Amino acid sequence: MEQAIEILFTASFWVAAIRIASPLIFATMGELICERAGVLNLGIEGIMTVGAFAGWFTVYSGGDLWTGVIVAALAGAAFGLLHGFLTVPLGLSQHVVGIGITLLATSLTYFVYRLVLPEVTSPPKIDPFQPWPIPGLSKIPVIGEALFAQTPLTYLAFLTVAVVAWALYRTPAGLALRAAGENPSAVEAQGISVTGVRMAAVMVGSALMAVGGAFLTMSAFNSFFFEMINGRGWICIALVVFGSWRPGKALIGAILFAAFDAYQIRLQQISGGIVPYQVFLMMPYILSILALVLVARRATYPKALMIPYQKGER
Amino acid sequence: MRLEPKPAPSITVLLLYPVAAILVTLVIVSLLVLAAGASPLSVFGLVAKGAAGSQFALLETLTRATPLIFTGLAVAVAFRAKLWNIGAEAQLYIGAVVTVVLGTGALPLPAGLLIPIIAIAAMAGGALLLLGPALLKTRFGVDEVVTTLLLNFIVLLFVSLLLEGPLKDPMGLGWPQSPKVIAEAQLLRIIQGRRLHFGFIIAIVSAIVVWIIMKRTALGYEMRAVGHNPEASRFAGIPVNKVLMKTALMSGGLAALAGFSEVSGLKGNLTLDLSPGFGYSGIVVAMLAMLNPLGVVVTAIFVAGVFVGADAMSRSAGVPSYIADVMVATALLTMVTAMMFTRYRVRWR
Repeated sequence: MEQAIEILFTASFWVAAIRIASPLIFATMGELICERAGVLNLGIEGIMTVGAFAGWFTVYSGGDLWTGVIVAALAGAAFGLLHGFLTVPLGLSQHVVGIGITLLATSLTYFVYRLVLPEVTSPPKIDPFQPWPIPGLSKIPVIGEALFAQTPLTYLAFLTVAVVAWALYRTPAGLALRAAGENPSAVEAQGISVTGVRMAAVMVGSALMAVGGAFLTMSAFNSFFFEMINGRGWICIALVVFGSWRPGKALIGAILFAAFDAYQIRLQQISGGIVPYQVFLMMPYILSILALVLVARRATYPKALMIPYQKGER
Repeated sequence: MRLEPKPAPSITVLLLYPVAAILVTLVIVSLLVLAAGASPLSVFGLVAKGAAGSQFALLETLTRATPLIFTGLAVAVAFRAKLWNIGAEAQLYIGAVVTVVLGTGALPLPAGLLIPIIAIAAMAGGALLLLGPALLKTRFGVDEVVTTLLLNFIVLLFVSLLLEGPLKDPMGLGWPQSPKVIAEAQLLRIIQGRRLHFGFIIAIVSAIVVWIIMKRTALGYEMRAVGHNPEASRFAGIPVNKVLMKTALMSGGLAALAGFSEVSGLKGNLTLDLSPGFGYSGIVVAMLAMLNPLGVVVTAIFVAGVFVGADAMSRSAGVPSYIADVMVATALLTMVTAMMFTRYRVRWR
């Protein structure tokens, strides 16, 4: 019992929590942008897979790490373009298209992986991002190590939250985006194209999801393997709801969730095998469902979420 | 651009749309085959041969189609009422778990009694699993897409726990697998010495039953009404939540039958790779069939043929068999797009 509480005061626990949170933060912000514009993006799981592969493969083929991040983002945006085209101007079911994009993106990734690396049994490794301790700040006990001795991609994740929050609430583009998800005809009345706003949101959001996937292969681990996203995309969809579609709250949700995940791994180690390890592995998914139930009653969905917009229609 | 509703085209024109969707899919897949350094025509030939080129191939395709018919029906029923059940995979595994629990000797009954009991119990298990998300949806307004998706992961871990604990085969040399079901719990093979089993017949019968329910009963009408417009249905006096519950029970039960039939008819025991994503492929099967239960049988056989054929092709032509998954996913997207164009035309201005 004492051991279980002591964990919370170790630096390594918080370092792990922030590391686990980073990909979730990227992808949650991506999904949040899509949903605030009125488009549910269930392609997230597949787009994260594409990002994980694209980033890793770029570096494996000799590109540098930041090029890998950019390639991942572009690959994500490409799938976002497809998702957006089918759901926004064509107005197809966002559920069906999203699942279709996930199936397509995942299978295409696996196809290309097998094509370029037909014979490998163990996936080849790359040199991933190394921690960049920030002088001074990283010396603060526990917190310093957790927040200021991470890899640059983690800093980028936090920066992304700030930029998304600022852009959503402080810029005309953000206003148009939020309005496209609440009251699209008002956007059209301003002479702004709802289709354009939503397409842009889905593409930018998908790019962020892909960077979240790339974090896994380029910062958390150093190679790509099958099924490595493992439901993280779906968890991010739950995190967006949990965060009431607000970047700050979603960030807190992601960190809480990741802390819990890091905690269960350590609890698993000290439990000495009395409780089957699968019970611990189930926790994140169960927690996500519980979180959804908790906030569902007072959740205020963007009003036009999942409602296709046709110009001139009422 | 904007979309404009147009009058329903004639039946012959209507059939051109799915054909166009398939052609577009083939073109996209051809590009990938070319990228893999093979000739599309020979690859498609090998896939067709592997799927239907011999009696053996054809029976293999029908065997693979069996679970897809069940999961396809599960999705078709649910999506018709706009209950987004993406959890057929989990319901399938629960059906398989129930089959193993009851079928490995716990019930010493003759086959004629044991098999129906197991099938019904398996359906109940899957139905109850989907009832959870359905209740969360109607009571708390929790989106069922996310809950059913997350349940897939929870249930798979639960199965893994069972296979390393209470359901572990003592003779399994440490592999996470269950013992085999007893002979009385096994579905017979349709042709001696081939893998095709009576689960396929059950699947066809299920499709007909579901078709009758959807087209000829009040429940079917209510499900379609709820899917079309829940507000109007409620106004018309349809008990929307009750209909959603019934839909969930039916959908979950159908998906669980896939697990039952795979264990009882084909594999004999439960492993963690019982389903290579049958639950997810079921979504494609249902959408390609435009949610028509009888159409599901046809599209399930088609999708199964693509997978079986691609496996055979991949061994000889060296194109990764994931091409089958790409093709099926592409077909889903092109088909929903094509269906949209049967109802709308695009106006550029």
